[in-house]
Parts: sequence; C-alpha cells; structure tokens
Amino acid sequence: MDLGPYLFLASLEGAVTAAVLALTAVGLSLVFGVMRVVNVAHGEFFMLGAVLAWWVASLAGGHPAIGFALAVLVAPVIAGAIAAAADFIVLKRLDYDPENTIVATIGILYIIQQTVLMTYGPDARPVEAPFSYRIYFPWFGYSAYKLFVIAAAVAILLGVWAIMARTRIGLVLRATQLDRETAQAFGIPVERVYALVFGLGAGLAALAAVLIVPIQQAHYLMGGDPLLLSFIVVIIGGLGSLSGTVVAAIIIGMSDGIISVFFTPTLAKIIATLLVAFILVFRPTGLFGTRSA
Amino acid sequence: MIIKKNKPVIETRRNVLKTLAIGAGAAAGASILPGFVRYAQAQSSAPIKIGFQVHRTGIGAAYGRWYDRTTMAAAKLINDNGGINGRPVEIVAEDDGTDPKRGAEVVEKFATQHNCDIGFGTLFSHVVIGSAPRAGELKLPYFVVSEGHHVASGMLNRYTLQPGITDVKSQVQAMAPFVASTLGKKVTMIFPDFAFGHDHRDYFSAAVEAQGGEVLAKIAIPPTESSFTKYFPQIPSGTEVIYHVMVGPAVLTFVKEMGEFFGPNRPEIFGFIDSLEAVDLGSSGLEFLEGTYFWEGNPRYAQADQSEHDKFYREAVGVDDNGASISDPKDVSTYSHMFGCWETLHIVKAGMEAAGYQGPADRAKLIEAVEAMTDMPLSREHPQGAKRFNGKTHQTFGHQYISRVESGRLVLAHTTSIEDTLYPDETDYTTQSF
Repeated sequence: MDLGPYLFLASLEGAVTAAVLALTAVGLSLVFGVMRVVNVAHGEFFMLGAVLAWWVASLAGGHPAIGFALAVLVAPVIAGAIAAAADFIVLKRLDYDPENTIVATIGILYIIQQTVLMTYGPDARPVEAPFSYRIYFPWFGYSAYKLFVIAAAVAILLGVWAIMARTRIGLVLRATQLDRETAQAFGIPVERVYALVFGLGAGLAALAAVLIVPIQQAHYLMGGDPLLLSFIVVIIGGLGSLSGTVVAAIIIGMSDGIISVFFTPTLAKIIATLLVAFILVFRPTGLFGTRSA
Repeated sequence: MIIKKNKPVIETRRNVLKTLAIGAGAAAGASILPGFVRYAQAQSSAPIKIGFQVHRTGIGAAYGRWYDRTTMAAAKLINDNGGINGRPVEIVAEDDGTDPKRGAEVVEKFATQHNCDIGFGTLFSHVVIGSAPRAGELKLPYFVVSEGHHVASGMLNRYTLQPGITDVKSQVQAMAPFVASTLGKKVTMIFPDFAFGHDHRDYFSAAVEAQGGEVLAKIAIPPTESSFTKYFPQIPSGTEVIYHVMVGPAVLTFVKEMGEFFGPNRPEIFGFIDSLEAVDLGSSGLEFLEGTYFWEGNPRYAQADQSEHDKFYREAVGVDDNGASISDPKDVSTYSHMFGCWETLHIVKAGMEAAGYQGPADRAKLIEAVEAMTDMPLSREHPQGAKRFNGKTHQTFGHQYISRVESGRLVLAHTTSIEDTLYPDETDYTTQSF
C-alpha cells in the first residue's frame, strides 16, 4: 500500500482509538479531579457497559439499531447506578482516603469481573452494529460505523463540556473539585456530589464501551487495556484536567493508531508508557495539570 | 571341634540376620498387606480418576466448554459399557484459566491432592508447555489434546503424549500442496504470536517453499488483541493468498475486519478454522468468506458422505448437523478440535486395558502400552478418521480436511491422506527412562 492511503488508514484507526479513549479517560479524570479517588475499577465499568449492551441488545430483538439505541440509554445508567452504590457502600466509609480507596477499588474490580464471569460467562459475544454500511475507498474498505463512533464521541464530549461549564450541576462539581470543605460550608451536599461523580465517571466508561462493542465483542476480561490507556492519558493530560485529558487522548490514540499501523502495536504501547515516565519526571502535573492545593 | 564350635556361631549370626530379614520383610509385608488387601478389594469398584485440565475461563473458554462436553460424553459412553478394567471412570475437572502458571498448579493438584491416575485434556500450547514439565516430575501420565508440535519436537518428556489429535506441523505440511497448487504461490501469513502460531509460521512457510511457493509477509498478532484493521496494511500488494489462523475471544472481529478491509477485491483466502471455531458462520459481516477455504480438523457441518461413526459421536456429544449445540443453535462447537478428547479417552481406555492397569504404580506400563499402539481404524472410538500413532514421538497422525464456504456452509473439498502428514521423527521418547 502507498504511503498516502497507509497514513490515511492509520489516522482513521487512531481517531477511533482516540475517540473511545477520550470518553473513558474523561470519566476517570472526572472522578480523580473531583473526588481525588484513583479508580482502579474504571476498566471494569467499561466492561460492564459492553456486557450490559449485549444483554439489552439480545433482549430487544428486531432491527439491530433498536437494541443498540436501547443499550446507549440503559447500559450507562445501570453501570453508573452500580458505581454510585459502590461509592455509597464502600468509598464513603473509607472517608475517601487515597491509599484505602485504591485498595478498595481493586476489590471492586475483582468483584465486578468475577460476578460477570459467573453470570455472563467466559465467552466473547458480539453485538450487531446499528448499521453495517461499508465505505470503499480506492485502496481499502472501512466500516462506516467506526466513523459514527468518532462523531458520537465528539458529541458526547461536547455534552460533558457543556454540563461542566454551563449548568448548575457543573458549577457544583467544579466547586467541590476546587475546595471540598468550602463547598460544603456553602451548602453543597458533597456526599451526594461524590456519588453522582463516581456514577457519572463509570457511566462515561460504559458509554464508550457501548460504542465500541459492535466493533469488538463483550468479554469479561476486556477492561484491562482501557484502564491502562486511560491512566496513561490522564497522567499525560494532567490529573483532573478534562481538556488535558481530551488532548492527551487524541495524542495517545492517534500515535497508537499510526505507530501500530507502521510498526507494531507493542511499540505503540512501549512509547506511550515511556511518555508517561518522562511526563512524571519532567512535568509531574501533566501537560495541562495545575498543582493541587 | 573348633570348626564345629565356630560354625554354630556363624550360623547363629546368619540365622539372626535371616530372622531379622524375615522379620523386617514380614513387618513390611504386614504393613503393606492390609493396604494391599484394601486396594484389591476396592479394585472392582474404585473409579479410575482422570484429571481433566480444562480452559473454563480465560482466552480458551469457548474450547474449554466443548472439550468439557465431549469429555463427559466419552466418559459416559465408557462407563455405560463397563468402564475401564471393570472400574468406572471419574473425570476430575479443574479450571486452569488458560494460564500456563495455573496449568502447572492444576497438574500438581491432580497428582498430589486428587490422586488422579492421569492428567488429560489440555489444549492451548503455552499451557501445555507450562504444565508438561511438572507432570514429568510428578510422573503423572499427561495426555494432551493440543495440536502443538511441542510433543513431537522432543521438547517435552516421556510422560506427555498426544495420541488423539494431530499436530500443526503435519497439518500445515498437508495443506501446503493444496494452497500452492489451487490458490496461489505468493502467500501472506497472519497468525497468533505464541507457540501455536509460531508452529504455523515455521512449518507452513517451509512447506509452501518446498512446493515452489513463497511467503511474502508473516504478520504476528498478540492472542489478546481486540482490534485488527491496523495489521492489514502490512499485507503486501502482490499477495495471492492470505493464510490466516487466529485464536482468542476476538476471532470474529478479526475475520470481520479482514472482510471490511478488502471489500469485494479480496485475494484468495485460506484459513485454519481456529479463526472461526465456536463462531457462527452466519454471523453478520462474514458474507465475504463465500468461496474461501478452511482447514478443518473434523468437518463441522455433517457432510453428504457422513460416516455412521461421526453420526454417533455427534449425537453423543449433543451437536446438530450444523455443528452447533442441539439445545442452542447459536452455541457453535469447536468441532475441529474437541474430537481429540473423545479419541484420547478411548486410547487411554485401550492402553489401560492392554497394560492391565491397576493403579498409579502401573503408570509406566500404561505409557508403554500406548507407545506400542500404531494404527487405529475409523471407528466409534475414532470418529474423526483413521490414525497412525508414533510411539517414539508420542504423536498421532491422521487425515486432514479442506472445506470451501458454499452458501454459508463448510463443504468438504479435499481430504488428505495420512501419508501427506508424515515427517521424519525428531525425537525418541522411548529412550528416556521413567
């Protein structure tokens, strides 16, 4: 294949990776930014979204688009509700102590993973894409659904931005992020905000998974890679900075796509991890991070 | 007199020694005997325990599910017909998570905790390679159903045998003439990046070059990969045939994305059915496979000339004519591999009967009895086809099948002979001591 089309395909693949990664990582970043909780179970909420999407789609029947549309609505809500419950039952009791919450979320990771294994089973199950149109470029064919994923992710991210910047809930979230105690003093119900944020973060991961599951398949071990990549992105972007997270997701996603296509996916992962190491050494707050109080 | 006097002394000393020896022998006998008697009494009823190392979770789970069903069906058949040497067979299943480290632990559990007579049933090559050394150390006969070339290559040990399924080297060697003469000589290979895939890479490229063909590119993909489009641009433009073999939970994505990438202008495609084991051929996105070829270890769809033995076996395991579960047509079997469990259990039965196997003390005898086996005809015990076992390399050889996708079904196009699959011995396990 010539260099031009080669690069074109690499960029398309990179953009899909970046789109899904941005959604997942923004969820992780939000949780860290507001709650100062490093959520190690984040990848499992992603997996939960995919498994729930399969469940909803297989119950719905009819045209694949119906099941998919239902999954987009239902799966993130259920995953978010489970996360909010986990926050209420576990994290709140630990007073959000940074070390303890890491251990606790590792526990949540295993509980979710093993529960899915025991109920949904060890198989990879496909969810049909809402439409199966393919675009044929002169050099290669490409699934139109993947382009839809990019567009959908951009739309959802704009929505998240609008909520954070333009709504009262966003104001409350930002206030809690800036200073928890002052926010509480001003009558913000911090505990409920925390549950909401934890649910929202998990919901975003689940939504990303619903988008990706017609391309990949739902499997109980699928949460590992998104977790690793989300951490990489969040560290590079600056912990707690949403815009930084998006920029970092685009950098990592695009470079992953391009390096994977031209060289090997393993090299892409090595470079991303190396980048994290350099960021931690030379700019510990990340590209867009600010020093936390 | 002096001699006479001395003699009794010596005799006495000897007698003492003798008495001691007899006493010790008797004591030993007495301590052994009750156990022996108990064992002899139990002999008629105590089950033969077969440790079944099964990939219930992890990337091999789909295979594990069907290996389990096949093994249970074979054990039921054996038990319904009177068991082995008059004793029932008990399958002791342990999940290894498709993980080599866990695999070695499971083997250890079989030997020391469950007191199994043998270990059996492992598929994924990295788990076999991780577990077999421990089986050798524990002197536990280890009957694998893996396809990997690691048994015949001499890499493992005398306690590890693969009598019920052919190995990759013999399979690809038998495929190469068909690929080179029917599909094309310029081949690009796509394979999973671990031992099993490397067997494909090494032995197919050698075999196709022997046919005057050429491998243009070898594309290795990690078995845990979930997205594949990024690998396809590495396929050189002069490629006439894509040779693909993939495993793991994402095989359907792999084949679908290959179809998306090529669109209507695909080259010839030859795949190992591993790429679509346990996957419904009617899944959306697989339409492009029409007219492509697959290696099958055992034809998934009941063919026009189906043997009575395949019919019997299919029914016993619970598989319909499309290769799916009788109870759920979406639950597609791993038909090209799981027959190995059925055949291996019947070989274990034949071996134990030939060896007069009584218990773990006869493990070496069992291995020698299996090593002495050669031709196994197509039969109820060997529904996939006739086999020829090589006792020196601990590896069986058999027919291979090439099927073409026609109207969304796999239709048998070519059957290789056993001779097509033979290669010179690379080891002789019988020279190793027990």
